[in-house]
Amino acid sequence: MNDSVKTDFKYVGTRPVRPDGPDKVTGRAKYGADLNLPGMLHAHYVRSPYAHAVIKSIDFSEALKLPGVIATMTGEDLPEPGDKLMQGAEIEMKLSDMAPVVMARGRAMFHGHPVAAVAATSASLAAEAAALVRVEYEVLPHVIDMHAALEDDAPLLHADLITTGLDPAPTVPSNLSVDLALEMGDVDLGFADADVVVERTYSVPMCHQGYIEPHAAIASADETGRVEIWCCTQGPFMVRNFTSQLTGIEPGKIKVTASEIGGGFGGKTTVYIEPVAAVLALKSGRPVKVVLSREEVFRATGPVSCSETRVRIGAKKDGTLTAIDIDIVMDSGCYSSSSIMPATMFGAACYRCENQRSRGREVLTNKPRVWAYRAPGAPQSIMAVECAVNELAEELGIDPVDFRLHNAVEEGDIPVFGLPFQAIGYKKALQAAKEHPHYQAPLGPGQGRGLASAFWINSGQQSSATINIALDGAINVLTGNPDIGGSRASMALLAAEVFGVPVETVHPTVADTDSVGYCDGTGGSRTTLATGGAVIQAAEKLVLELRHRAAAIWGVDLDEVEWVDGKAVARTTGDLENLMDAGAAVQLENREMSLVELAETSGATGGPLSAVASLHAHNSAPAFAINICDAAVDRETGKVDITRFTCIQDAGKAVHPAYVEGQMQGGAVQGIGWALNEEYLYDENGVLENPGFLDYRMPVASDLPMIDTVIIEEPNPLHPYGIRGVGEVPICPPMPAVATAVNRAAGTALYDLPLSPPKLLAAIDRAVE
Amino acid sequence: MMQVRKIHVSTTVNGEPREFLCEPGQVLSDALRNNLEMTGTKEGCTTGDCGACSVLLDDALVCSCLVLAAEAEGRRVATIEGVAQDGRLHPIQQQLLEHAGLQCGICTPGVVVAAKALLEENPDPSEEEVRFWLAGNLCRCTGYDKIILAVLAAASEIRGA
Repeated sequence: MNDSVKTDFKYVGTRPVRPDGPDKVTGRAKYGADLNLPGMLHAHYVRSPYAHAVIKSIDFSEALKLPGVIATMTGEDLPEPGDKLMQGAEIEMKLSDMAPVVMARGRAMFHGHPVAAVAATSASLAAEAAALVRVEYEVLPHVIDMHAALEDDAPLLHADLITTGLDPAPTVPSNLSVDLALEMGDVDLGFADADVVVERTYSVPMCHQGYIEPHAAIASADETGRVEIWCCTQGPFMVRNFTSQLTGIEPGKIKVTASEIGGGFGGKTTVYIEPVAAVLALKSGRPVKVVLSREEVFRATGPVSCSETRVRIGAKKDGTLTAIDIDIVMDSGCYSSSSIMPATMFGAACYRCENQRSRGREVLTNKPRVWAYRAPGAPQSIMAVECAVNELAEELGIDPVDFRLHNAVEEGDIPVFGLPFQAIGYKKALQAAKEHPHYQAPLGPGQGRGLASAFWINSGQQSSATINIALDGAINVLTGNPDIGGSRASMALLAAEVFGVPVETVHPTVADTDSVGYCDGTGGSRTTLATGGAVIQAAEKLVLELRHRAAAIWGVDLDEVEWVDGKAVARTTGDLENLMDAGAAVQLENREMSLVELAETSGATGGPLSAVASLHAHNSAPAFAINICDAAVDRETGKVDITRFTCIQDAGKAVHPAYVEGQMQGGAVQGIGWALNEEYLYDENGVLENPGFLDYRMPVASDLPMIDTVIIEEPNPLHPYGIRGVGEVPICPPMPAVATAVNRAAGTALYDLPLSPPKLLAAIDRAVE
Repeated sequence: MMQVRKIHVSTTVNGEPREFLCEPGQVLSDALRNNLEMTGTKEGCTTGDCGACSVLLDDALVCSCLVLAAEAEGRRVATIEGVAQDGRLHPIQQQLLEHAGLQCGICTPGVVVAAKALLEENPDPSEEEVRFWLAGNLCRCTGYDKIILAVLAAASEIRGA
C-alpha cells in the first residue's frame, strides 16, 4: 500500500457524540420549515389535474381579489431555457429539462405538475387563492407505462426528442431518450463457451427516497435584487447555481443558507421550490416561504426509476463466468435525467468476466421526472445480476460466496466501464461473509437465505474548508456540506486527528454560500472523503503555521519544531557537540508550547490562526457491500418476515464507525422496503394512487430485526487517511438478497418487485400448481 | 371570502400556561410550531403516519397533526422542548447520542417523546415491545437498529438509577 496513507490514528475510528447531537435530540435544531421571517408570505402551488395537457391560459383574477394575495407566478416568469447545459451539475443535463420541472411552461407533463403559484399573507389564504386560479387545459393523451411509451403509437412526450447514444441517430422522434451500450470481449463466444446459462427478467418498481422532511424554503430579496434563500438541501451551492440559471438572477446575488436537513438520499440534490420562492420574493418584496405537503413530495418531486432488466449470464462447470449480458430499461418520467448511465455501467462490476455487454435505455413517460436515490441506477441493475448469479451458483451446486470469490474482481482488473480497480476490499468482505456466524447458522423451518454483493463507484468532486482557531485553542471548522447523517462528527474527528487535540475542542459549522469556499453537495458518498480531505489540508496548513510561530518564539528553524499530540515540541538537530551551547540545546529540547498557548499569543506572533483549503477530489475509490438475508414467508397471507440480516462493507477507513454502521443499516432497510413494499401505483388517468405514508408503506420498526454490521477497512490508496466513501453502496445489495431469500423460502421464482403479499401469494399458488 | 374569526385557546404546554389564536382548521402541530414558535415538534406528513409530531395530550401519546389546535383548550400538552430538564438531557436523549441513534434527526423529537411515554408505562420493555411501540415513528435513515438499542439502554439506565 501507498506509504503516504496514514494507518495509525488516535481520534479517527473512535465514536464520540456528534457535535450537533444535543440540538437534534432536544428539538432546537432548525430544519427547513422551522424558520419564519417578519412580514413573510406563504406560497401555494396550482398543480395540473391531468397527466398531459396543453396549458392554454392561466387566470389569476379571482385569486387576486382576495385581500392578502400579493404575488403570482407561472412558468413564463422563468427565462426561456434554450439549449444551454446546466452548469455545476454532476451529470450533463439540459436546462430545458430542468426548468419545466420547477414550473410547467406551455404544457403539463404529469399529474401534479406545478403550473402556477400564489403568495399570500397566510398559508390557508394562499391555498384558498390557489384554488381560485383558473387554468384552461387542452387534455392530451398520456402514457404511464414505460413499455407502452416505446410502442410506435404511443403519445409523444416531446415532439423533438431524438434518442441519444445511437449512431447513426434516429431520424424520427420517440419517447426513447437514451440508448447506450458498453461491450468488451466477445459475448457470443462467451455464451458458446458456457456450460450453464441463466436468463431471466427482473423488474424493480418506481419508488421514492422517502425522506421524512418535506422540502421547505424561504427566500427574501432586498431592493438591489440580492436574494437570500434558506432551505433544506444537500447542496447550498447547487441551490445557488441552479436557482441562478433557472431564474436569471446572477449567482453573485444569491446567498444560500442550508438549514438542518431531514433526510435526502439524493432527493435533495436538485431544486424544486427554491426558484419559485426567489421569484415570488422578488415580485412581492417580501420574504416568501414554500413548504411542500407530503402529498406534493410524492406526486411532484423526483421519485426513482422503475426498471426492467433482462440478464443472461453463463459459466463453466467450475463456476468460471464466461459471459454477462445485461439489457436494462429505465423510466425517467417526463424529462431525461435518469440514472441510466450508472445502471448500465455498474450492474456486474463485482465480476471478472472478459465477455460483457450492457445496454441501457431510458424512456420518458407522463410521470414526475425521476431523480437520484443513493447509488442512483445501480440497485436496479445489481438486483438483476445478483439474482441471476445466485441462480447460476445454485444450478452449478456451488456455494454463492465461493462462486463470487472465484469470480471476484481485484486490484488491476478492468471492468466494462473501463476504470481499472486499485486496492479494493471485495474479497476480504466476501471472506468475512463466509466466516460470519449468520452465514453459518442453520435456517429455521420455512426460511430461506439470500446473499448478494454490490459495487458502487463513489465520487470526489469539489470541496472547501476554512479553519479558524480561537484564542482559547478552540478549533472552528467551516464547510459547505449540510450534515445529513453525522458529517460534522467526521469533520471534527479529522481535524482533531491532524491537530492532535481532543475532538470536543473542534466545532464544525455548516456555513452559508457567502461564508465558505465552494462545496459540491452532500451526496455521492463524497463528504467525508472530499470535504474531509479539505479539512485535513486546512488543518495541516495550520499545524505548519503553528510550528512557524513556535520556531519564531524560540528563535529556531522550522525543522527544529515538531508537532506532537497538540503541542509544538522543540528538538535539537545535528549532534550536540556542534552546538555553541550544549546547555541551551538541552533546555530547548524540553521546550514545548501547546496549541492553547500558541493561540493565546497569536496576536503577538503574526495574527489570527486561520487557513483555507480547496480541492477537486479525484481520489475517490469504490465501495463494495455484501448482504445476507434470512426470510420467512407466511404461506397463507404472503407476508414476508425478515428474520435475520447482516451487512458487510468495505468502508475504507471508518472515521466514525457508528455512523458508518448507521449508513449500512439505513441503506439495508431502504432496500428491504423497496424489495417488499414500496411502489408507486398509478391509475389509468396517470394519477398516483398512494401519495402518503399510509399507502406508500416504508418499513417501520416492528417490521425489522436488528441489522448486524461488519466493517472491512481496506484503505483507499489515493486518500491521505484511506477514506473511501460509505453512504450509497448500502442500498445496492438488499433487493437481490431479499428476493433470493424470499423465493427460496416460498419455493417461488418471483422477480417482479415488490414482493408484496398478493403477488407472492399468487406466485406460491403458481408454484404449487 | 368569508373571514373566519380565530379561536382563542388557553392551554398548558410543558407545565407553563400558554395562549394563542388559531384558525378553526389549524392543527396542534402547526399551532405549536408557528403560533408558539416551538419548532421541535416536526411535521413529516400531517396525516398521522410518520410520528414526527408526537406529543402528549393529557398524558396520551398523540400525533399533534391529527389534533385540532382548538382541542388543546384547558388541556396539558407535553412536547420535546420539555423533555430535557434543568439543562440535563433525559436518558433517552443521552443514549440516542451515545448510540448514534439519529442521522438526519428529523424523526428524533418524535422518537424521544414516544419512547419516553413507553418507558413511563413500561420501564422494562423487550426489544419487540420497543419495536411495536415505535412502529408509528418513521425513521428513514437508521433502519431503527440504533434507536432500539438506545431506548433499551435508556430503560436500563432509568431502572438502575
